[in-house]
Amino acid sequence: MEEEDYSSDMDDEILSSMWPENLGKESDKQFNIDKPAADQDMLDEVSIAEEPSIVDFKRLMELTNFSEKGSSQLSYLVKQWEHKQANAFRLLNEQIDILNKQKQEAQLKELEILEEHMFEADNFVGDKRPISILQDDYAFGDATPIFNKDISICKNKWQIDVEHDSIEYWKERAKKMEKLLDESLQRENKLQEKLQENLRVLAKETSPVEELSQILRRADNFLHFILQNAPVVIGHQDKELRYRFIYNHFPSLQEEDIIGRTDVEIFTGAGVKESQDFKAEVLQRGLPAKREITFETELFGTKTFLIYVEPVFSKTGETIGVNYMGMDITEQVAKREKLAKLREEIAVRNAMETELNKTIHITEQTMRAKQMLATMSHEIRSPLTGVLGMAEMLAHTELNEEQQQLLGVMISSGDLVLQLINDILDLSKVESGAMTLEATNFRPREVVRHVLQTAAASLQKELTLEGLVTEEVPSEVIGDVLRIRQILTNLISNAIKFTHEGKVGITLRVTSQPSFAENQKDRKDCGDLSKYSKTDTNTQQNDTSLSQNGGLGGDRSSNDVSCVIDSKQCRDTQNRMAESETRPLSSIDGDEYLDIDSDDEEKIVWLHCDVYDSGIGIPEKALPALFKKYMQVSTDHARKYGGTGLGLAICKQLVELMGGRLTVTSKEHCGSTFSFVVPCKVPKKRTCDEMDNDLLYDMPLSECEARSDSTAEDDKRAYFQFKPRTLGSLFSSGDAAPRSKVLSAGKIDSNHTTKMNGIHTGYMFPTGESTPSSNQNLSLNHDVDKQHSELGSDYLTGIENVNKAVNDCPSNDDYQHLQITHSPMTTEKDTTMRHSQESQDLKLSYLAHENQGKMQKTNQKPPENISDARQMQSRPKILLVEDDQVIVMVTQSMMKRLGHSPDVVSNGAEAVQAVKTNNYDLVLMDVCMPVMDGLEATRLIRKCELSGNWDASEVARACKADCLMSIHMNGQTSPFPRKRVPIIAMTANALAEGIDECYANGMDSFIAKPVTLQKLKETLCQYIPG
Amino acid sequence: MLNFAMDVLRLQQQHSQLTYSLFNEGFLDEQFTQLQQLQDESNPDFVSEVVALFFDDSDRLLENLGKALEKEPIDYKKLDAHVHQFKGSSSSVGAHRVKNACIAFRAYCDENDRAGCIQCLQHMKHEYYLVKSKLQELFHLEEEILSAGGTLPLIE
Repeated sequence: MEEEDYSSDMDDEILSSMWPENLGKESDKQFNIDKPAADQDMLDEVSIAEEPSIVDFKRLMELTNFSEKGSSQLSYLVKQWEHKQANAFRLLNEQIDILNKQKQEAQLKELEILEEHMFEADNFVGDKRPISILQDDYAFGDATPIFNKDISICKNKWQIDVEHDSIEYWKERAKKMEKLLDESLQRENKLQEKLQENLRVLAKETSPVEELSQILRRADNFLHFILQNAPVVIGHQDKELRYRFIYNHFPSLQEEDIIGRTDVEIFTGAGVKESQDFKAEVLQRGLPAKREITFETELFGTKTFLIYVEPVFSKTGETIGVNYMGMDITEQVAKREKLAKLREEIAVRNAMETELNKTIHITEQTMRAKQMLATMSHEIRSPLTGVLGMAEMLAHTELNEEQQQLLGVMISSGDLVLQLINDILDLSKVESGAMTLEATNFRPREVVRHVLQTAAASLQKELTLEGLVTEEVPSEVIGDVLRIRQILTNLISNAIKFTHEGKVGITLRVTSQPSFAENQKDRKDCGDLSKYSKTDTNTQQNDTSLSQNGGLGGDRSSNDVSCVIDSKQCRDTQNRMAESETRPLSSIDGDEYLDIDSDDEEKIVWLHCDVYDSGIGIPEKALPALFKKYMQVSTDHARKYGGTGLGLAICKQLVELMGGRLTVTSKEHCGSTFSFVVPCKVPKKRTCDEMDNDLLYDMPLSECEARSDSTAEDDKRAYFQFKPRTLGSLFSSGDAAPRSKVLSAGKIDSNHTTKMNGIHTGYMFPTGESTPSSNQNLSLNHDVDKQHSELGSDYLTGIENVNKAVNDCPSNDDYQHLQITHSPMTTEKDTTMRHSQESQDLKLSYLAHENQGKMQKTNQKPPENISDARQMQSRPKILLVEDDQVIVMVTQSMMKRLGHSPDVVSNGAEAVQAVKTNNYDLVLMDVCMPVMDGLEATRLIRKCELSGNWDASEVARACKADCLMSIHMNGQTSPFPRKRVPIIAMTANALAEGIDECYANGMDSFIAKPVTLQKLKETLCQYIPG
Repeated sequence: MLNFAMDVLRLQQQHSQLTYSLFNEGFLDEQFTQLQQLQDESNPDFVSEVVALFFDDSDRLLENLGKALEKEPIDYKKLDAHVHQFKGSSSSVGAHRVKNACIAFRAYCDENDRAGCIQCLQHMKHEYYLVKSKLQELFHLEEEILSAGGTLPLIE
């Protein structure tokens, strides 16, 4: 080794660190380490297990010799050693210098002495040639360096006994000098010897190899110390990627298994090839690189290593292998991945949360918007009702024709707006899911008939309306009759609107379960039927409204109504009518009930209903958009036929809400058929009593005989036909010209006459109008030549229009009616009106005994009402029903402000008592109250008003039966029905549903809580004129 | 005399600040203004009387609610009825936040969520006592103003 060439005196103490000290400046030292005191090896106490490293020493030596790195490492060491040697040399040279100097000085001294001596000789000899005796001595002294110190010491000691300046003296002196010289020479020799000896010792003491191996050993120890527990594998692989050196703290293989082999040869599994390729890449590129590789080997399972590979270059710059360092980071990777996953999850969750929040926000907004729409619609509806009511009243005051016409337009527009609002309300209710269906018992035949009658009543065209209910349709089913009616009415009016001639009709039959419901049968059935809230009270409510419609709107049907009920199973054709009619009624037996009825279990029937027309039809391309909101076939149609385009959307939604389907088939210019199927439950067979009771209302005006017959007939096939006709002047109290002839039901068999009359008359209440159109919308029928006497019927028609518009609030019929009769009118008008009614009544005298209660009501009321109205104006009596003392106090105070002092009771029962004993002009009724709530109280009050029977037992009974209808019928036996007191709900539940409930229970309006002065004022103004 | 006037002024300032904060922080709503508007010479203590009545009612109601929630099983219908009543009276005096708490409470009643109900009751009580103390403070201030010879700000 090169280092061996150097030999020098080297001190151990200089090597304080095992690392070269002069590798760089202090700041960029790569290794920082404590400087231990001399002879103190900081690693002494550390025991190092040296086994793990397996070294190919030969190779290592080669490496250190050939590899760039190895040689640079060595050269560092050599440099350092050289430096130290140089230092030693310098010191020795200095010493030599000093010695030389001393030698020179000594020589100089000698010269001086000699000169002095010569000078003296000169003095003695004169200027003759000087003879130097001691010349040789001088010459000798030249070669011998003398320490001047010694010389100076000797100098002063020179003492010569002999006489001065004699030969003897000089001889003596020379001898002494010679002696001194000898001594000096001896010393010099000694010094030189010593020097030589020193040098020898120095050289002997440390050889550079020893020094270097010591350093290496320390480095090795240090590395071991650091690496002994590190999860690190260090290795060197040659050009062929065979291991030449490996250090592994946790060796799982023997030396011979590793050295001289490549990765691939050593172990197999995932990642091995990758690491090998990676190393090869580094080798090829000659650039160090790091990579994370996951191994999955049999040897050590699944582990991830961070691998650092750097190329090793030979001195000539060729790559001769790679150094490789791997660290097990399995856990870290796992953690990192877990963390990443967590972060991802968090991010996802955050995103979802944001999304959800957004959705919630949107939903909330939508809900709010819908609720707002619903509330707004209500808010609009209430004042609109007021406007319309007032307009109706105005119509009965003295107006000139122009004013009448204007008013007519105003009312019809108002009706339209009201209808529109109702549509919007319905739609928003369905869409927001707020629409609930009510399960009530109803008779499909009745429903079809009612719908057709209602349609016929407002028919302006020469159309035939027909209806067929096949015999397998149960007499009674459970469903939401109001909604079904609504659908039918909508479809029928739609059909009529788009049909100019021919016929429009309804067919109702039972169908097998449709395919769309089959798959989801169980769910559907349960689901759909559970949507119905079972409220028997509502059955009665609905029934009432039907009957009221029938009774009140007696003038409704200007068209001939013929109803044929037949036992024979026939097709729905008109042609076969005659055949079916020939069958005598008496042949119909009660035992022909359908099986369904005799079953105890409630069955589901699927009712299939077709509403067909011979109208303009729908172009095929328009069909898909047909049920969409605000859609009409074309803008042209919209202009021509009007309407909001909401009707079909509502129908569809309602049908679907019931679990059914609404479909349409159509052929342009030929007609359309809208079909829907809905599931309905079939109730258990009902008792005869109930039947009778129902029939009473179903056909309130029919003869007893017919009634009993129809019990059996009811389950049979029913056919209704409404042929176009107009009323003659027969019933007209005025003398309008008979512009059209009566197309009465000439076909109807005489056998049926009695019965026919029964039904007939129920809906054939003649009006004072003479034209077919006169029974239509008020706006359209104000003929120029109309007379005062018509006003009575106009008024009724007007009411009917309103009723129709708000027909989901059955109580409104009565309310409107009474409100208007309450209103002060001129005596003349009043009389005329009464007269007209009277005359109608008289002419239909055969009905009188049936309708006695009603007649009394209508005939006797007006004067009473007038006095009431006047009384009301002077000092209105108000009843406040509220259990909450705070609200009572507040409301009372507000009332006081408005100039009223209401009576206060705190629950429904008290309210009924109070209304019984006092004639109130207005009742403000809280809805939620203990003992008896506002709804129940209102129902009772309404019932008692109708019956005129305020008997406590009656009230109690009614409470149980909860049947307004029966009371209505019992009204015949009671003395006088009371006028209807307006009842205003005070409710905190101002949403559509709550309000509807109020209306359904016979309330007239509502004030949303909290009650404010403004709201109260408005309501009072509306109900207490003046 | 000047001091006296200053006193009144200060009290009036406090009063208006308190009123403002009560409305601003949603303790009260316009219904309370309604009540204030109803107060006049013929009925000078109307607001405080109504509110006192409300406090009486509410104390009783809250007690009922607490009891109803302790019972097992909970009669949610009854609970709901109580809350409904509370909602009615609180909305009638304009105790806005109490009313809102009632609305939340009813939602939990609908879901038969006992924990939610209990939590809501706590919240409701909190809001109620808060508004109660604030209102009492307000009335106290009003009394002071009146006794100091000042007048209360007019409610438009």
